[in-house]
Amino acid sequence: MKVEAWFLVGLAVFFGLVGAVYWFLSYEDAGSVMLAGTALLGLLPGGYYLWWSRRMSPRPEDRSDATIASGASVIGAFPSTSLWPFVAGLGFALVALALIFGLWTALPGFSLVFTAMVGFIRESRRGGAV
Amino acid sequence: MTQAVLERPPGRGDLPSDVHHDEGPSGILKWLTSTDHKVIGKSYLITSFIFFVIGGAMALVIRAQLSSPNNALVSQHQYNELFTMHGSIMLLLFAGPFAFAGFANYFVPLQVGAPDMAFPRLNALSYWLFLSGGLIMISGFLTTGGAADFGWVAYAPLSNATNSPGAGADMWIIALILTGFSAIFTGVNIVTTVFYLRAPGMTMFRVPIFTWNMLVVAILILIAFPVLTSALVMLFADRHFGTHIFEVQGGGVPVLWQHLFWFFGHPEVYIIALPYFGMVTDIIPVFSRKPLFGYKGMIFATMAIAALSTGVWAHHMFTTGVVLLPFFSLMSYLIAVPTGIKFFNWIATMWRGQIRFTASMLFCIGFLLTFLVGGLTGVLLASPPIDFATHDTYFVVAHFHSVVMALVMAGVGAIFYWYPKITNRMLNETLGKATFWFMFIGANVTFMPQYLLGLRGMPRRIATYPASSGFATLNLVSSAGAMLIAISALLLLWNFWISWRKPVPAGDNPWDAHTLEWATTSPPPHHNFNSLPPIRSERPVWDANHPEAALTSHGASLKSAGGDAL
Amino acid sequence: MCAAGIPSVGAFRFCSVNMDSSRRARPETGFVQGMPISSSRRIIRSLVRPLEARSAVYITAAAAALLLAGCNAPTFGAYRGATTQGHATFKLWQGSVIAALAVGALVLGLIMWAVFRYRKTSDEIPKQTQYHLPLEIAYTVIPLIIVAVLFYFTVVTENQVDALPPHPAAVVKITAFQWGWRFHYLGHHVVVEGNDVTGNVPELVLPVGQTVRVILVSNDVVHGFYVAAFDFSRYALPGVTNRFDLTVRHAGTYPGRCTQFCGLYHTEMLFTVKAVTPQQFQAWLISKAGDTRVRNTVTTGSHNATASGVGQAHLPRTKTSAGAVSVQPARVRKAA
Repeated sequence: MKVEAWFLVGLAVFFGLVGAVYWFLSYEDAGSVMLAGTALLGLLPGGYYLWWSRRMSPRPEDRSDATIASGASVIGAFPSTSLWPFVAGLGFALVALALIFGLWTALPGFSLVFTAMVGFIRESRRGGAV
Repeated sequence: MTQAVLERPPGRGDLPSDVHHDEGPSGILKWLTSTDHKVIGKSYLITSFIFFVIGGAMALVIRAQLSSPNNALVSQHQYNELFTMHGSIMLLLFAGPFAFAGFANYFVPLQVGAPDMAFPRLNALSYWLFLSGGLIMISGFLTTGGAADFGWVAYAPLSNATNSPGAGADMWIIALILTGFSAIFTGVNIVTTVFYLRAPGMTMFRVPIFTWNMLVVAILILIAFPVLTSALVMLFADRHFGTHIFEVQGGGVPVLWQHLFWFFGHPEVYIIALPYFGMVTDIIPVFSRKPLFGYKGMIFATMAIAALSTGVWAHHMFTTGVVLLPFFSLMSYLIAVPTGIKFFNWIATMWRGQIRFTASMLFCIGFLLTFLVGGLTGVLLASPPIDFATHDTYFVVAHFHSVVMALVMAGVGAIFYWYPKITNRMLNETLGKATFWFMFIGANVTFMPQYLLGLRGMPRRIATYPASSGFATLNLVSSAGAMLIAISALLLLWNFWISWRKPVPAGDNPWDAHTLEWATTSPPPHHNFNSLPPIRSERPVWDANHPEAALTSHGASLKSAGGDAL
Repeated sequence: MCAAGIPSVGAFRFCSVNMDSSRRARPETGFVQGMPISSSRRIIRSLVRPLEARSAVYITAAAAALLLAGCNAPTFGAYRGATTQGHATFKLWQGSVIAALAVGALVLGLIMWAVFRYRKTSDEIPKQTQYHLPLEIAYTVIPLIIVAVLFYFTVVTENQVDALPPHPAAVVKITAFQWGWRFHYLGHHVVVEGNDVTGNVPELVLPVGQTVRVILVSNDVVHGFYVAAFDFSRYALPGVTNRFDLTVRHAGTYPGRCTQFCGLYHTEMLFTVKAVTPQQFQAWLISKAGDTRVRNTVTTGSHNATASGVGQAHLPRTKTSAGAVSVQPARVRKAA
């Protein structure tokens, strides 16, 4: 976890520095805000990982001497098939098209998205640990 | 729905007990419902390759139009649509998704020893958003006003409702919002997969470079695409909801669009490039029969390129007169340093190797040579005065086409390299080498004259030029080169056809390759691995097949020390 | 729109045409106008001194020295820069290309050597070398030095190109619009306007050897002011006022055009630059001031706009008899 944490914290540090330099050289708003946002993008998850990485023992994938067996456990639950991503994708596309061609595609679009959401949730409850 | 709770049972390399395993439906229903990263990856590869063919056909029309002076093959308006859509399709529907969604989806989980992407259904949703976005963008041609025609950069205020009315432009915006979300979801998926689903012993500093690059690209996606999406929402609001964000008349700032767009646009260049760098970095060691030289240097170089690339957006705006020239110039120049490191690492990997010239390796060498041209001209363009002289001319067009054609070569190299894994069939090597020569010669014949054209003053995005301009000969040569590239694409398609009709079985590891995807069957089973070899370096399969040539204590000690110190 | 007695110019003429045989430009070789040779030597000396130990610097600086001193190197396809500003860019271009070619030749040689020398000859597994720290440091540091040198020359040249010395000889306000140009000679009653869509390519007349301040604005979308032979372009941005100087070195006619894609007839958004002697320029200005064929009804403000004053501060509102558009007042951005 440490490498992952420092990877993100490093990102935050770099863009914090670059953003500060850029701001004081240019006083240009847009770029400075975006650089600051980028620094935050690294800082939030990176800080969280860093905090955790100092409190948890290394995972098997963090240990260079780990054997395959040492990782034997439940990895997670992976759905093999699901119709709902397709339905949701179609729905989102129709909703987006409604912005151009008028509201007549919005109704079927939102219905599909809503159906897909219900489908996702039911699927997850049935499947367990998704 | 079927769902598999995957467990790794004890014991070295045993079967993950995929007890609920079910192949599920087949045919079209499988395509619609599968959440398997391999199926989605293949869908992405095929879809984006189709977009490549469409965008390439547009390029051929463009080259035909420019092949002679005062040509009127297409009208000015059609020409404007063509180059806009060519750019948008090639960058946003082909080059990016082909790599960061197609190959990455297929091979990132395999390379880290994971059973699937971390969020399989999000992955599928991402594909459907990409497909619908792509279809919406292309259907702009069917509207009465035609497709978007303001260039792929859509500079405000040209892209507002007054200057570019019509549904085609709106569809372009909506399409990019949809594909933008698709990219963001893919980025989230890749980061989570690499962070959480690695096999035991697969420390971060044993992850193959392709996957490392995909991780960095995923972060870049998370940095860049939200900016694009929000800029597009603002543009859409300007067009339809009466806001004046980019309108001078309402107190808005048109240059803001350029800042937002290029804050996305320059990282996007590396979102496109880095995956192909990763493919080359994985392929060259295999065919040189050596480990990658400077594995860690390569990772840090990738990070440096990505980090710097986010701080150079305004080098696309040098001629606006409102940006900080030295800052962006220096940052742009600095990118040359990690890129140089990559080059020397690739060369040092081949040095004293036993290089097998398969079609895949040839394409990688073609990548090196073509990218060398594109990279060096890029260093020239990092200088604001030189950019003043060449901005928006064919010099810049030639520069970035050298780069992207290098990436296409790397991509085709990757097709030859990974096709056996995906299909368990070999592609024809002889035909592959012919493909390479057509593409390599074609790319250079097409784009070398364009450097000269730009320096002699031919601007980009002009529909035609008079005979007196002196541009005719060079343009004709360039168009002839484009035909060679087209032939190479046809040869590649023919190769797919042959492998479809007369399959030559490939086996699990035809190249004596290094990384984990070659430890499983071709194609990999559902949930990928029946067994995993021990992971003691960044090339576990090589170590298992050549225990006598596993890395010496020098390399190993360096690796483990570095891997844990961080 | 052309002045009488000066031949009209085809839309796309990309080599400079000397219009007056008595003022035919001297051959370019050895012709250093923008920068005296002694000052270029001084720059090189000041550059080389702090980094004497570095061989990479020697190579790059030697190439640059050659160029700054003599211009004998090939043009590598570029224009030599018909303005002093453009010529500075051109010299930077020559030096940068030489550096790029040197690096390119080295890398190409290494790739080719590796490819041909290390073809597969046996099934023996080669030595599995993975790290060589000194080598890696070397090829990190040497490119760093090269780009530092390039960056130094870039900044020097950039300051020359973007310099805005006080008291220019003339001030021209250039307004770009879809799909044409308006050249307003501030302080004079002269406005030239035209667009090629109606077959009327406007002509920007400039004096040779004198510095002309250009104030560049746009009326509608983003345009690009570009004269290939000047090795220079600059955006005309709505809401932004850009200023730059042009000091033309040789009399002649130079085609110019919009480079930034600006809509349907972007291809035809052309203009011509005609560089004449200062005397001819003054005569032209006077003749145009009373010429009814030129749309020259300049209204409020421009009378007060002296050359130096305009270059620094306020911008007059102008209006043409065509009545088309009133120009937005300059919005000064912080970054500008």
